[in-house]
Amino acid sequence: MAKLRQIAFYGKGGIGKSTTSQNTLASLAEMGQKILIVGCDPKADSTRLILHAKAQDTILSLAADAGSVEDLELEDVMKVGYRDIRCVESGGPEPGVGCAGRGVITSINFLEEEGAYDGMDYVSYDVLGDVVCGGFAMPIRENKAQEIYIVMSGEMMAMYAANNISKGVLKYANSGGVRLGGLVCNERQTDKEYELAEALAGMLGTKLIHFIPRDNIVQHAELRRMTVLEYAPESKQAEEYRTLARKIHANEGNGTIPTPITMDQLEDLLMAHGIMEAIDESQVGKTAAELAA
Amino acid sequence: MPQNAENILDHENLFRQPEYVEMFENKKKNFEFSVPVDKVKEIIEWTKSKDYQEKNFARDSLTVNPAKACQPLGAVFVANGFARTLSFVHGSQGCVAYYRSHFSRHFKEPTSCVSSSMTEDAAVFGGLNNMIDGLANTHSLYKPDMIAVSTTCMAEVIGDDLNAFIKTAKEKGSVPMEYDVPFAHTPAFVGSHITGYDNALMGILRHFWDGKADTAPKLERVPNESINFIGGFDGFVVGNIPEIRRIFKTMGIEHTFLCDPSDNWNTPTDGTYRMYDGGTTKQQVIDALNAKATIVFQQFSAEKTAKLIADHGQEVVSLNHPMGVAGTDQFLMELSRITGKPIPAELELERGRLVDAIADSQAHLHGKKYALYGDPDLMLGLTQFLLELGAEPTHVLSTNGDDKWAAKVQALFDASPFGKNCKVYPKRDLWHMRSLLFTEPVDFLIGNTYGKYLERDTGTPLIRLVFPIFDRHHYHRMPIWGYEGAMRVLVMLLDEFFEALDANTIIPGKTDYSYDIIR
Repeated sequence: MAKLRQIAFYGKGGIGKSTTSQNTLASLAEMGQKILIVGCDPKADSTRLILHAKAQDTILSLAADAGSVEDLELEDVMKVGYRDIRCVESGGPEPGVGCAGRGVITSINFLEEEGAYDGMDYVSYDVLGDVVCGGFAMPIRENKAQEIYIVMSGEMMAMYAANNISKGVLKYANSGGVRLGGLVCNERQTDKEYELAEALAGMLGTKLIHFIPRDNIVQHAELRRMTVLEYAPESKQAEEYRTLARKIHANEGNGTIPTPITMDQLEDLLMAHGIMEAIDESQVGKTAAELAA
Repeated sequence: MPQNAENILDHENLFRQPEYVEMFENKKKNFEFSVPVDKVKEIIEWTKSKDYQEKNFARDSLTVNPAKACQPLGAVFVANGFARTLSFVHGSQGCVAYYRSHFSRHFKEPTSCVSSSMTEDAAVFGGLNNMIDGLANTHSLYKPDMIAVSTTCMAEVIGDDLNAFIKTAKEKGSVPMEYDVPFAHTPAFVGSHITGYDNALMGILRHFWDGKADTAPKLERVPNESINFIGGFDGFVVGNIPEIRRIFKTMGIEHTFLCDPSDNWNTPTDGTYRMYDGGTTKQQVIDALNAKATIVFQQFSAEKTAKLIADHGQEVVSLNHPMGVAGTDQFLMELSRITGKPIPAELELERGRLVDAIADSQAHLHGKKYALYGDPDLMLGLTQFLLELGAEPTHVLSTNGDDKWAAKVQALFDASPFGKNCKVYPKRDLWHMRSLLFTEPVDFLIGNTYGKYLERDTGTPLIRLVFPIFDRHHYHRMPIWGYEGAMRVLVMLLDEFFEALDANTIIPGKTDYSYDIIR
């Protein structure tokens, strides 16, 4: 049996993280890899395109019904979707209550203890947003994901989030084996997006592993709750995901320890590419009316 | 006032003096605005009914008086069983005060354990700094050979990563890089103290056997003839381990106790304070990998540990707290099978004496009904022994016992004619037990100190054979394992029986026709 490879996808919310990860993993499955997806987002939509449905039976919702996670069996929570990809959703509390981070810890511990990883080639964690607390760092702890892939775009906040996630990875990279696998840029068609992504990757001490061009076919597939790989396997976009999958597959052991940058450096980067104008300090904090006067 | 320096009344009698009686009555009448006495009586009577029991057993979101403690308590127990090892609990200080007092009240010995004293800032920013300072302080102040780290709920909720924290703390110079800091995540809201025992023991074995968190090569197993013994979480450990050691020695078996707190919780008063005493040494842990087999005396206390050991190529024999005649027979025969050594005549003699004692007293225990609660393995052992005595373990309840455990208890019932009317209650609490004791009364209750409230409410005499025992002294010093231990348990069962019989026949001229000299 090949050694289990564990990877994780992080990125700002709404960046297309789940779409990118599911399409990429579908490509890996096409390559014959046995895959388990662990959705670590309380919204539980990390496996929707693989299963053609939003998984209702999340680990935590079932645990809440049963009284405790110890009362669950693996079969209760694991669903099998496109190309035999196994899917598990951690689930979590409603917005505004409880602790979703602890939910991630509980779910991953449960999966490990129940032997969910046995016989898999890949385990992929899909994690929401930033590394906001210890729970959301669970997938990057020792003996979990070896490589982290950050999904981002040319927007400032997405780059900001990518930098933050790098900080999280750095925290664990020094004491453990986790590495930054690279950035995946999901095109938003912002100005000089490719150059910016390349430059940011360079500053973070990693590489832009792939630039996924924008294509409406992704939305078409998504409306049908499918990956592009399944919806339109012959499409150009499907080929993009296959390329990303091949790159990730070949990237084993090539991850790096990231070198996060400061907010000022990030702004400098945007200025250097002409995205942001040099800040005129005299204008900071002035309203439009004041500036017009 | 009734109190004077010449004759100081303890509160037991003090508050019965007329001044106090009057004061309490006034307080109740004028200030407490309490529910009428009749109403209270009415509700108390209702809680004894079948109707109430149905409601009680339909509870699904509330636990009342669970018969279990939390994971870190088990982890602290484990740390206490290793030589010159200090237990370090990463999290809240108050939790650690609880583990220490809980053990000290039971063993009547100090229990050393430190905390990383996380407060609100640590809850927000993570407890890394507490780990760094805590390890440094522990190492320099108390000079242990090893620091065994576990966690409270607080550190677990915010997701502190012990592995990374300990490595970082070492890099910052808290303790030397090669210093042994095994760890275990022990979220208190998962499982019970036996889960914590399991996690902590596995953490220590894994640390030494599997490369000390990637800082040393993994050990290679070179099998020898030695046997490892894992006792599990055990309130009678101070008496039980020496008894097991005696059995091993009598049989001439080379052995290692993996976790032995029997000296740490039994230090003498001879003028020297021992912060650490006895326990399994690091070298013993390392050598234990090479053992021929490991005996796990309490399966449910060490399920993950057993798997770890089996994965390293050792035979693991998991038992369910075997006690009494058949139970001890099983234990000894397993030892004999594994080692190829015969069971010596000395032990056979002990067995014969036990059987003789049981036969002498059998008439008194035959058909007596018992209710018992506690940890899953202890319940299995006691159930087996009671059935062996011809007694009926009518209600067997465990809060931390699951359906798998219940099936094992049921199998014991099914194998004995005395088990016919007995029932097992997994995942239930002492408030369930209270209902059972009213609707289906038994002769005796076997439990821990908390059972005395059930004794008070239901009048069922309590026999204390379950951890913790705070209100009787020194029970933990005598074994309940082996034939000798079974003899002691037999005597405890009989004592309570005779006490109850005497109490029921003690009224002169009325019931004392049966107040006999010879029983």
